[in-house]
Amino acid sequence: MMDALAKLGRGALDFFERLGRGHLFLMYVLAGSPPLLLRLRLWTQQMYSVGVLSLLIVAVAGLFVGMVLGLQGYNTLVDFGSEESLGVMVALSLVQELGPVLAAVLFAARAGTSLTAEIGLMKTTEQLSGMEMMAVDPLQRVIAPRFWASFVSVPLLAAIFSAVGVFGGYFVGVGLLGVDDGAFWSQIQSRVDFHEDVMNGVIKSVVFGFVAAWIALFEGYDAVPTSEGVARATTRTVVHTSIAVLGLDFVLTALMFD
Amino acid sequence: MLDKNTHPDDVVVKVRDLVFSRGSRRIFNGVDLDIRRGQVTAIMGPSGTGKTTLLKLIGGQLRPERGTIEVEGQNVAQLSRRKLFELRKRMGMLFQSGALLTDLNVYDNVAFPIREHTNLPESMIRDLVLMKLEAVGLRGARGLMPSELSGGMARRVALARAVALDPMMIMYDEPFTGQDPISMGVLVQLIDRLNHALSLTSIVVSHDVAETSAIADYIYVLSDGKVVDHGTPEALGRSQSQWVQQFMQGLPDGPVPFHFSAPPYGEDLLAGGKG
Ligand SMILES: Nc1ncnc2c1ncn2[C@@H]1O[C@H](COP(=O)(O)OP(=O)(O)OP(=O)(O)O)[C@@H](O)[C@H]1O
Ligand SMILES: [Mg+2]
Repeated sequence: MMDALAKLGRGALDFFERLGRGHLFLMYVLAGSPPLLLRLRLWTQQMYSVGVLSLLIVAVAGLFVGMVLGLQGYNTLVDFGSEESLGVMVALSLVQELGPVLAAVLFAARAGTSLTAEIGLMKTTEQLSGMEMMAVDPLQRVIAPRFWASFVSVPLLAAIFSAVGVFGGYFVGVGLLGVDDGAFWSQIQSRVDFHEDVMNGVIKSVVFGFVAAWIALFEGYDAVPTSEGVARATTRTVVHTSIAVLGLDFVLTALMFD
Repeated sequence: MLDKNTHPDDVVVKVRDLVFSRGSRRIFNGVDLDIRRGQVTAIMGPSGTGKTTLLKLIGGQLRPERGTIEVEGQNVAQLSRRKLFELRKRMGMLFQSGALLTDLNVYDNVAFPIREHTNLPESMIRDLVLMKLEAVGLRGARGLMPSELSGGMARRVALARAVALDPMMIMYDEPFTGQDPISMGVLVQLIDRLNHALSLTSIVVSHDVAETSAIADYIYVLSDGKVVDHGTPEALGRSQSQWVQQFMQGLPDGPVPFHFSAPPYGEDLLAGGKG
């Protein structure tokens, strides 16, 4: 009994200590970011490896999700004779929910894991210590460019996800199931509000981008410097990002419905 | 030019009453030592006594539990991050593992500190890098990636990188390990030349008693968290301490234990499956 309590206590302490380290880490990264403005090349390189290389998986996933939405939506809407609203339904689902959430989760799986593993291995092989001894701050030189690249990539990927998804829905709805072409687009145009709907989606994906970048890099930086430690950190990146994104999605949605 | 004899009191690194633990294990328990400017000071001791740890403490990567470490009069543990980085620009360190950046080739690894800390034009960086690589005999390997180097080569590249910014002090963590006799000889000469020609200050951590004695001006022997003896190589060679004699001559029997501390062997074998 006492053992279990002690274990619980230690677990809680570890948790809060890690949380504290995570916030300190974030503070140092943000504080170390301004010099990056003078070295945009470091950032663009990372934009390529985390952003551009995630493009294909995000586009393919977006297409399939849009197509499924088209099918499901049509089956429901056709019973009420309102299949012209298919476009709105597909677009709203994507822009407000599925785009930001799935893009962030896919990002964690595609780019977050490799960031964690990369940073974790650099730590394991003393490359980060080596930089520190050369008076180069790895938080500035290695982490900050990756942080901003991830932060910017996620909203862009979410936008691409949604855009491709709408075409997926169009392809199924209009192309295969015979929904009226003009109605599909004009309904989207008239009923998707830029401020209410699109901006809410953008805010979400910005928040998710921040969280996904933070988790992936912190897990790598804080990894136990062994092969097993890096492996666990990589897994944690996906698990923690997914849970954080889904949880935050609920919170943000609740706030936005106010 | 500074000569090792003109400033006998010019201490670059001053360690006083250093106490440091890893978990519950005391690594240092009251260590005092002085590293003098312009000299090669060797730190020797059995594997696992904390030589690497000592270098990390001097470099400010670890903080002492008690006691002070001063580098050029500044207490390393109390420097702000910015001041510490300023200080590190003037310290080179050769890591035991090399610690090369694996996504850069040999040339870019050596150029890395120069590019980070100066605004030199690329043509000048090229000259500097090739000079440093030539000194370690690896000018021809500049295009290779770290994964394509042997352990000994990687360490020489790391050495070239450590001296790239012409620091005032260099810490070498086991520079001779994994070198064949020829490159070993070249490295010994290189360290000696760097030090005495450029009046750098060097700290060499090594197990190679003969090579180290040949270039060291002063030797500290560490064991069990303490300095067991120190002096010039000649003085240590004549040391009365059995311990130092055993270590310097590499004899298997004597007061230096070869084993990491453990319960008696027989007892351990009889303990069966209890851990
Ligand atoms: N990260 C760490 N965590 C816990 N203990 C450590 C860590 N690094 C080193 N130690 C312990 O500290 C002691 C000193 O290690 P250190 O690497 O300084 O030894 P060393 O004298 O450089 O040995 P070697 O000559 O084999 O390189 C070792 O006994 C080791 O068990
Ligand atoms: Mg060592």
